[in-house]
Amino acid sequence: MSVDPIEPTATLGDEFFKGVWRENPTFVQVLGMCPVLAVSNSARNALAMGLATTFVLVGSNAVVSALRRFIPNQVRITTYILIIATFVTVVDYVIQAISLDLYKALGAFIALIVVNCFILGRAEAFAAKNPVLPSIVDGLGMGAGFCWALLCIGGVREILGSGSLFGLPLFHAGFQGATLMLLPSGGFFTLAGWMLLLNALRQRRARRAAAAPLALVEGR
Amino acid sequence: MSDAAPPLPAPTSAWHMYRAMVGIGLVCGLLIVSAFVLTGPIISRNKAAALQRAILTVVPGAHTARTFQLGDGGRFQLVTRAARGAPLVYGAYDAAGHLVGVAVEAQGMGYQDVIRILYGYAPARDAIVGLAVLDLRDTPGLGDRVEHDAQFLRNFEQLDVRLDADGAALAHALAPVKPGAKHETWQIDTITGATVTSSAVAGMLRDSAAVWIPRIRRHLADFERQE
Repeated sequence: MSVDPIEPTATLGDEFFKGVWRENPTFVQVLGMCPVLAVSNSARNALAMGLATTFVLVGSNAVVSALRRFIPNQVRITTYILIIATFVTVVDYVIQAISLDLYKALGAFIALIVVNCFILGRAEAFAAKNPVLPSIVDGLGMGAGFCWALLCIGGVREILGSGSLFGLPLFHAGFQGATLMLLPSGGFFTLAGWMLLLNALRQRRARRAAAAPLALVEGR
Repeated sequence: MSDAAPPLPAPTSAWHMYRAMVGIGLVCGLLIVSAFVLTGPIISRNKAAALQRAILTVVPGAHTARTFQLGDGGRFQLVTRAARGAPLVYGAYDAAGHLVGVAVEAQGMGYQDVIRILYGYAPARDAIVGLAVLDLRDTPGLGDRVEHDAQFLRNFEQLDVRLDADGAALAHALAPVKPGAKHETWQIDTITGATVTSSAVAGMLRDSAAVWIPRIRRHLADFERQE
């Protein structure tokens, strides 16, 4: 019988926030870039893709974890892909039932969630080795991290490209948006901007953390 | 140091692999079919409503629409339940019940996948008077500009599809041209930055109109007299 490798000191909260911040799939791991750059041309599309991916991630993590002792090592990748593809098909039907306009806006990228590398990555690296509850929390954390990253990029692109946010106009009627921001190249620029900002924040925090013990020693 | 080789993991039997794959396949199949059964009727209703909205959009002034199927002998027959795969066209009527146009579906290969469009033909104006995209999977932000680009959509407000003297073909075949190069009423300006998709839309419109407009024109009475 295999031993679950989850660190005994890691709480469910740690597992959740790991995906949101420390190991954010978009800004830190830089995985699953295809939908990030292609679909984040508006906040609405970004949120819908983020939620769809989160649903697939949580579902596949839960099932892979529950069946981890039933799945032989030799056929694990095949079964993970089958499980992920099942949840993607379900989410595809659900989005069509909720809104055909949204389905049209997301285009081929719903089906492409099947091959989003960070979903298979979480199944292989985490869910296959951990119990169901931490795996669900891991999926929720990674999904939330993916969602807010997509929203950050989609929000900026929609504001600068269309002058609106979630379809609500923010500027005067004659506002001319920068079309570049709606194109995939705008996705690259926005992603680069966010990564620059977040890395600067991380470095500042690290410098402060390193300086804090010195300050205590020097009595400052 | 011991000479003994490290113990090998116990081999997995073929039965275990077979059991895992078939078992998971069954569960996944059950989930997919259940989702399809639950959402299928809603999706069909959504698609029908979207098609109805598109018909009323591509034929300005239309209030209602009826579905027609191309029958034997090239005549159009009113249908309530169309045969699978049969080509359909939609008669569009104003508030008084007079025919104002006919909406026709066309499809063709885009940049990534098949694009489906619906265009409106107004016999009184001898022109295509509107276009809507029903299904498009080309790149968001690039290819999908064919749905929103105002300059591209202006092509289809009055696109000349007059017939030749004997009424068997278009007087001028529709012609996609480079952006800004349009100088004839039957030409279609494509979009810079979405050249493949906009050319594909223009191309499928050219091919479809060449077949359907003469046919519809010849049997226009089929749309007017059927109740």
